[in-house]
Amino acid sequence: MIHSLFLVSTAGHIFLEKHWKSVISRSVCDYLFEAQGKASAPENVPPVIATPHHYLISVYRDRIFFVAVIQTEVPPLFVIEFLHRVAETFQDYFGECSEASIKDNVVIVYELLEEMLDNGFPLATEANILKEMIKPPTILRSVVNTITGGRELRSVFAWSVAQGSGSSNVGGTLPTGQLSNIPWRRTGVKYTNNEAYFDVVEEIDAILDKSGTVVFAEIQGVIDACVKLSGMPDLTLSFVNPRLLDDVSFHPCVRFKRWEAERVLSFIPPDGNFRLMSYHVNAQNLVAIPVYVKQNVSFFETGSSGRLDITVGPKQTMGKTIEDVVITVHMPKVVLNANLTTNQGTSTYDPVTKVLVWDIGKLNQQKVPNLKGSLSLQSGAPRPDENPTLNIDLRIQQLAISGLKVNRLNMFGEKYKPFKGVKYVTKAGKFQVRT
Amino acid sequence: MVTLLLQKVKYTASKNICVKISLSCRHDDLKEMLDSNKDSLKLEAMKRIVAMIARGKNASDLFPAVVKNVACKNIEVKKLVYVYLVRYAEEQQDLALLSISTFQRGLKDPNQLIRASALRVLSSIRVTIIVPIMMLAIKEAASDMSPYVRKTAAHAIPKLYSLDPDQKDQLIEVIEKLLADKTTLVAGSVVMAFEEVCPERIDLIHKNYRKLCNLLIDVEEWGQVVIINMLTRYARTQFLNPNESLLEEGGEKTFYGSDEEEGKEDKVEAAALVVKRKPYVMDPDHRLLLRNTKPLLQSRNAAVVMAVAQLYFHLAPKAEVGVIAKALVRLMRSHSEVQYVVLQNVATMTIKRRGMFEPYLKSFYIRSTDPTQIKVLKLEVLTNLANETNISTILREFQTYIKSMDKDFVAATIQAIGRCATNIGEVRDTCLNGLVQLLSNRDELVVAESVVVIKKLLQMQPEKHSDIIKHMAKLTDNIQVPMARASILWLIGEYCEHVPKIAPDVLRKMAKSFTNEEDIVKLQILNLAAKLYLTNSKQTKLLTQYVLNLAKYDQNYDIRDRARFIRQLIVPTDKSGALSKYAKKLFLALKPAPVLESPFKDRDHFQLGSLSHLLNAKAGGYQELPDWPESAPDPSVRNVEVKYPTEQSSTEEQKKSTKSKEPKDRSDSESEDEEESSTESSESESEEESESDTDAKKKKKKTVKKWRIYVSFCVALLLKCSFPSPQAASPTCGPLKTYELLHRITGEGLAVTYCFSRRPFTGDPHMVSVQIQFTNNTEVEARSLRVLEPKLQSGMRIAEFPEIDVLPPGEISTVVMGIDFCDSTQAANFQLCTHTKKFFVTIQPPVGELMMPIFMTENEFKKEQGQLMGMNEITEKLTLGEGCRGDHVIIQRVISTANLSRVPCGSAMECRFAGKTVTSGSLVLVTVVTKEERAAQVTVNCEKMLIGTMLVKDILQALSQ
Repeated sequence: MIHSLFLVSTAGHIFLEKHWKSVISRSVCDYLFEAQGKASAPENVPPVIATPHHYLISVYRDRIFFVAVIQTEVPPLFVIEFLHRVAETFQDYFGECSEASIKDNVVIVYELLEEMLDNGFPLATEANILKEMIKPPTILRSVVNTITGGRELRSVFAWSVAQGSGSSNVGGTLPTGQLSNIPWRRTGVKYTNNEAYFDVVEEIDAILDKSGTVVFAEIQGVIDACVKLSGMPDLTLSFVNPRLLDDVSFHPCVRFKRWEAERVLSFIPPDGNFRLMSYHVNAQNLVAIPVYVKQNVSFFETGSSGRLDITVGPKQTMGKTIEDVVITVHMPKVVLNANLTTNQGTSTYDPVTKVLVWDIGKLNQQKVPNLKGSLSLQSGAPRPDENPTLNIDLRIQQLAISGLKVNRLNMFGEKYKPFKGVKYVTKAGKFQVRT
Repeated sequence: MVTLLLQKVKYTASKNICVKISLSCRHDDLKEMLDSNKDSLKLEAMKRIVAMIARGKNASDLFPAVVKNVACKNIEVKKLVYVYLVRYAEEQQDLALLSISTFQRGLKDPNQLIRASALRVLSSIRVTIIVPIMMLAIKEAASDMSPYVRKTAAHAIPKLYSLDPDQKDQLIEVIEKLLADKTTLVAGSVVMAFEEVCPERIDLIHKNYRKLCNLLIDVEEWGQVVIINMLTRYARTQFLNPNESLLEEGGEKTFYGSDEEEGKEDKVEAAALVVKRKPYVMDPDHRLLLRNTKPLLQSRNAAVVMAVAQLYFHLAPKAEVGVIAKALVRLMRSHSEVQYVVLQNVATMTIKRRGMFEPYLKSFYIRSTDPTQIKVLKLEVLTNLANETNISTILREFQTYIKSMDKDFVAATIQAIGRCATNIGEVRDTCLNGLVQLLSNRDELVVAESVVVIKKLLQMQPEKHSDIIKHMAKLTDNIQVPMARASILWLIGEYCEHVPKIAPDVLRKMAKSFTNEEDIVKLQILNLAAKLYLTNSKQTKLLTQYVLNLAKYDQNYDIRDRARFIRQLIVPTDKSGALSKYAKKLFLALKPAPVLESPFKDRDHFQLGSLSHLLNAKAGGYQELPDWPESAPDPSVRNVEVKYPTEQSSTEEQKKSTKSKEPKDRSDSESEDEEESSTESSESESEEESESDTDAKKKKKKTVKKWRIYVSFCVALLLKCSFPSPQAASPTCGPLKTYELLHRITGEGLAVTYCFSRRPFTGDPHMVSVQIQFTNNTEVEARSLRVLEPKLQSGMRIAEFPEIDVLPPGEISTVVMGIDFCDSTQAANFQLCTHTKKFFVTIQPPVGELMMPIFMTENEFKKEQGQLMGMNEITEKLTLGEGCRGDHVIIQRVISTANLSRVPCGSAMECRFAGKTVTSGSLVLVTVVTKEERAAQVTVNCEKMLIGTMLVKDILQALSQ
């Protein structure tokens, strides 16, 4: 299966290598560099590269290439999924997955990789099991936490308080989870405050055409949970309107049969943060598009200039305010500069990357944000005949745009009363307006 | 240049030396630290060494210093030493041997973690001398008590195999043994080992097939992928093709025909053949596999979803494959690498089974932010999905893509349009017009690509489009892309009759610029000249001569050759052979129109989801997906009659017999679990058990049935006599409790009581039968007593009692009605009507009445109880009430509280009861353990926790009275 792993920075620096079978020279990465040279952006490097003796399967995440070297047939998704799991584990352990944090914690990284794969076959990939064997760097973690201001759903590891942070970061006992039927949860979890929070996050993926008509729209959602409950709680989460959910995928803890029969989520939760389920909302339901966009981008044949005029306003918002509205436009290469004025927010144009960013903030009913002005083009170059697409970012608090509602959360198996909370957020996913 | 190189060599050499010196300096202090007594220093040193390894620096000269610490007490130091050892043992074989004894000791450690980790490191050391030691260790570990160690043993098998392939036969024995393992922990790893060592030994799977299918859902996700892929291959060798059973006779053609055709002909042929051939019946094992993998489509792991998808694609009947589309479309939301792989597979699937993805057409629409490779793949899928009905939508979508900034993508779009146009005749003209418009595009690449595609399209019906050819002829002045120029020239030459006036002129222009053209263009100029010479020699004779002369002295030999060849053919000389007569036929023969095909056509001969499929080339170690067999091999090979006489199962059996003493034994309870789940989900449960066992079961079932018939018969008799006492009913317990439904006063003289008769309700086994007794205390007769307007919670149902026509004064009448309470204690509300009045009444069942007794042996009881641990078990302590002494009282009280039956029990201190809920049939197991001085403990195991909790409460109350 996976023979070796190389971590490569975008600049082409191999900063970590690990071999599970015999050693493979790092020169094998040259094939990746070659592909990177051909690709216009790191994202465009093909994930699977065949070389004369090996196959390179890579994922690009957080400006790092995770390159797995394979010698024999293996399902490519198997490797890709695993590499992403590795990146997520790093993220979980170090707060961020970056070259610097990996270099700082190289020993822990090595220990983790050692546990995650045995002879190239995944051994322990559950965060819960890994944390019992290898403790995350707690001090660094707390520092990172204070710097980032404790982002939402950041876990606090109760056990590190319970067990005290000794000098060794390797646990001496066999992780109980590894052997049990519920490998995602260890026994003996204890909290003074028992709480369970659920975030229902929905994303609208949409393509609107020039006139504002919806070409394609759908809602994808996830329920992220942060569960800090003592003992072995058995939770049941039910929805007011489970029929909305069309296609779902679950964390392994969810009992599929009960979902099939009763449309409730019944599960013994992992400890800490995890993604309980992701879902797709039934396609028959029309998707409410929360904003309207009027735009006019035109380039003139003469005078090497162009005009831009964008107006954004709230449409179907169910009485909530739309926040954090940002519009990003990738301009054609010939646009040298933009001279724009706006009545709300700020706009910046980066002449190098040709990206126009208009950060609007909140959308008010009274005042409709507008951005207009002229674009200057490279003189002599022909008028670009393509029109840039607008990518829209937004956020609506306390609203799940599909209308999904959690009915109740019941806990069985433990006696205490947990503190429960559900939060709804709607975001724009891949929300594009074609011009 | 040479000096430069030399300098470079010198430089790197000196640099190496520098590094070496600095390294060896640093290594000295590391050695010192490793030799010290303090663990903290050792740890620090090891951390620095591991960091060096991670950066790819050589730390091999520290081997002797490090290997000394292999027996270090500090577990973290030890682990890091292992890391080092595994990395460098291959290079320092002799020194590595020093560490072996430590691991051998570790293999005997009482702690399973240490045993496993010793085996893991030992098997990772790639030193050939220790092969026999490894073999021995693996064999021992394969029969270890701990499933975790057995899992490690499974992992060690491919390691040893790669080190010494000669061990194959012995390793297969170990694999065979581990395949019989019943724990989920081992299943994935051993199948992995099977795939690496002996994938051809499909016969090893037979006996384990059903078990693997049943365990699948509980195996960890990585193991699931491996098992599913292996089972796909297995199924292809063992079962019949579910889609082809009817087509065997004369079905060859349809098999190779397109999907639509196949569909249509399928029906016709099916009708014709169904008489001749016996209908296809799917092997139950084939069905088992499909059924047990389906829930995994909901996995969060993309690899698992893909594995199930390919299994369905390769194995499922056509009608059922559709379920995978939704899951695959879901994966499109994932990381772009996942999208890339999924789209490749979807592209292949859409060729064979287009209909499946049609509803999700819009999910393949392209966003400007997608990476180019994703865009191109989505385009491929959209093109494959295009048909008469959706083509207009797709073309509209394509129009927006053409305006994209990504020129590679635009070129791909134009090709896609071309393919749509060739596949769907109706839109050919529309597409052609669209493409012609693109010819005036500003971007040369776009124009060039359009020209190439138009050329292909025109070849299909050239007569109609001479104006387009004219238009293109004009383009030669502007367009510079060689491929496009060549295409235009070829078109003009080929169809010179349609443009008789323009063609010679084009040749004239080309002759002028001949020397500056690219090679492919030159070749086409020669072609054009030859064709014109043959059709219109008057005008073009001189021009052709001129071009041929130019070509004669060209730098490229291909062009010189071509010129010579053409001259000989077309210019008649004395020497020219017989061929020149046929020159016209040679050059102007009708050429077949090109077929624009998807590059993904026929890729499905590779197993989908595999690396080989993605690369469209066989990767090392790829196992071919075999064709379906002509006739099914003997399905009985999968029957498991007798347990394997291996050590493994015999130890398990021993454990089973001693289980009552230690019910909490880890590995044991787990293996129990597995057995349970398998019996639960598989219909062919009895096959898992031994023969005698099945017989016993059957007998038991029979006796139970007989008993039930007898009871209901008695009851019926009793009812006929309208025996008033509710005591009549229950054979298992004392008097039944009667509840009031309608009081004499509120009922204005009509009193109604009810009790739970504890008989199965005839007509619907999911209903609780309620016996209702009417007493008419009035002076007049009550007429037409009946139930009206039941108000029920969702899911609840009522079977009303037959209307009582007349109830004379002072008389009593008893009826039975059935209520399905849905296993909840929610009340059933309804109205009770007489001919004059209506009364609102409510029946609320005590929890104990929601179940019915079932019969179990002590062993069965324990097995089921083992299944319902944890959340499903509720235990309460209590003090028995004054009058509650002796077994029979306890039994009587429990049975009167709940409709359960007693389970025979060896111990005097324990009473066990079993039942199942009426609606869902969930098991309810009750255990009462009495201790000294009236202390007792009640345990209820029930899947329905609510019922369990309430039942415990009721029993507690009954016993503590």
